Amino acid sequence: MIKIEGLVKSFGDLEVLKGIDYEVKEKEVICVIGASGSGKSTFLRCINLLEEITDGAVYIDGVKVNDPKTNINDIRTNVGMVFQQFNLFPHMNVLDNITISPRKIKHLSREDAEQLAYELLEKVGLSDKATAYPEQLSGGQMQRVAIARALAMKPKIMLFDEPTSALDPEMVKEVLDVMKDLAREGMTMVVVTHEMGFAREVADRVLFIDGGYLAEEGPPEQIFGAPKNERTKAFLGKVL
Amino acid sequence: MVIIEFLDSIRLDVLWNYRELFIRGLWVTIALTIVGYSCGLILGLIFGLGRMSTRKWLHYPSKYYIDFFRGTPLLVQILLIHLAVIPTIFGKSLGFFVSGAVALSMNCGAYTAEIIRAGIESLDKGQMEAARSLGMPHRMAMRYIILPQALRRMVPPLGNELIALLKDSSLVTVIAATDILYAAKVVQGASLRVWEPYILAAILYLILTWVVTKLVAYIERRYSTSYVPKRSKRRKLLFF
Repeated sequence: MIKIEGLVKSFGDLEVLKGIDYEVKEKEVICVIGASGSGKSTFLRCINLLEEITDGAVYIDGVKVNDPKTNINDIRTNVGMVFQQFNLFPHMNVLDNITISPRKIKHLSREDAEQLAYELLEKVGLSDKATAYPEQLSGGQMQRVAIARALAMKPKIMLFDEPTSALDPEMVKEVLDVMKDLAREGMTMVVVTHEMGFAREVADRVLFIDGGYLAEEGPPEQIFGAPKNERTKAFLGKVL
Repeated sequence: MVIIEFLDSIRLDVLWNYRELFIRGLWVTIALTIVGYSCGLILGLIFGLGRMSTRKWLHYPSKYYIDFFRGTPLLVQILLIHLAVIPTIFGKSLGFFVSGAVALSMNCGAYTAEIIRAGIESLDKGQMEAARSLGMPHRMAMRYIILPQALRRMVPPLGNELIALLKDSSLVTVIAATDILYAAKVVQGASLRVWEPYILAAILYLILTWVVTKLVAYIERRYSTSYVPKRSKRRKLLFF
């Protein structure tokens, strides 16, 4: 479903990703782990072209994302993204945050969009917050609204960029629970995370990125139980 | 004693005889300010966005326009437009009002463009990323996500610009525009009094700027603190 070939990303002279090959299959949940600055967030942001790709290619459903002829907006409607800092639109209430893109991009009527929004809010457990503004919500609630907002476009793939890293500890679980539900429903997910417990429990495969390379990948039992790569062992030794 | 003599010598009847001149001046000043500011906002939006564009044919003309009108005195711009630009284009003068309005609009547009650019650039770039990740084209993201937020941040500097424009509009006196200051000059010439007409002109400007200041303060209170709409705020408009 997502095919990554020789992905290279440089910021000026600094090469952050040094050639990554990987393929994500449909309904797979992939967790990407690695130290800060290893390039794992950049890796994720290259998938929906929030970062321009320096070299290599990313294909989503066989369509080359970094082809100038590809309409990137069409691709992005099928690829939802959740950010570390939530990035909710502060000037809109929760309902408008969720309905703005289906209404403006897919031209859904307000009624249809709001009905969809209420369904999604129920799913993330925030039915009572429809008319609240982002500043009135806690971090965990904001992130759950952000997930609902991304789901409103009915994406086939969801990207999560450290979704719980900016949260107070007591709010991490409510967000992870929503993500677990999503995984159970068969959503294809790529999750950059520091939550090793989540990776171990939910991931189909775990990717360990180190120094811009895909150092090791495999099912969580292997990565966490018997890592082959010395760097993986060293990293897990520090975080577990 | 000197002060009493001075106060005795003030002759308000002179002003009363020329009241119509001042009333007309007041309207001309108000009209020039409103027209100049409205057109300035539109020009500012166009050139402010143009300057931020990555397209060279948009960026450079916008930059040169802004640099010229911010880098030259308004007095020079007024004379240039009234005596050179408009007669050359139309073959005749279109009167002081057109020339004055054009000069004030162009000047205000340049300053507004910088205010708009600064307002947009002050937003967290995650807002644009979130909008784009949902599949919004750049223009749609600007319209629904970026500009509504940036406009709120622009309220205080745009208010300052309005007050500055109101006062700077007095420069159109040099092209014989019949504004407040021009009325004062006429009265001075006719009555050979200096104190009364200029003090009255100053008072009229002071009243106008006071009203604008209060209006801007109201709008600021209303919009710049929180995005959550407040109830029963309308009553306050009456009392400033």
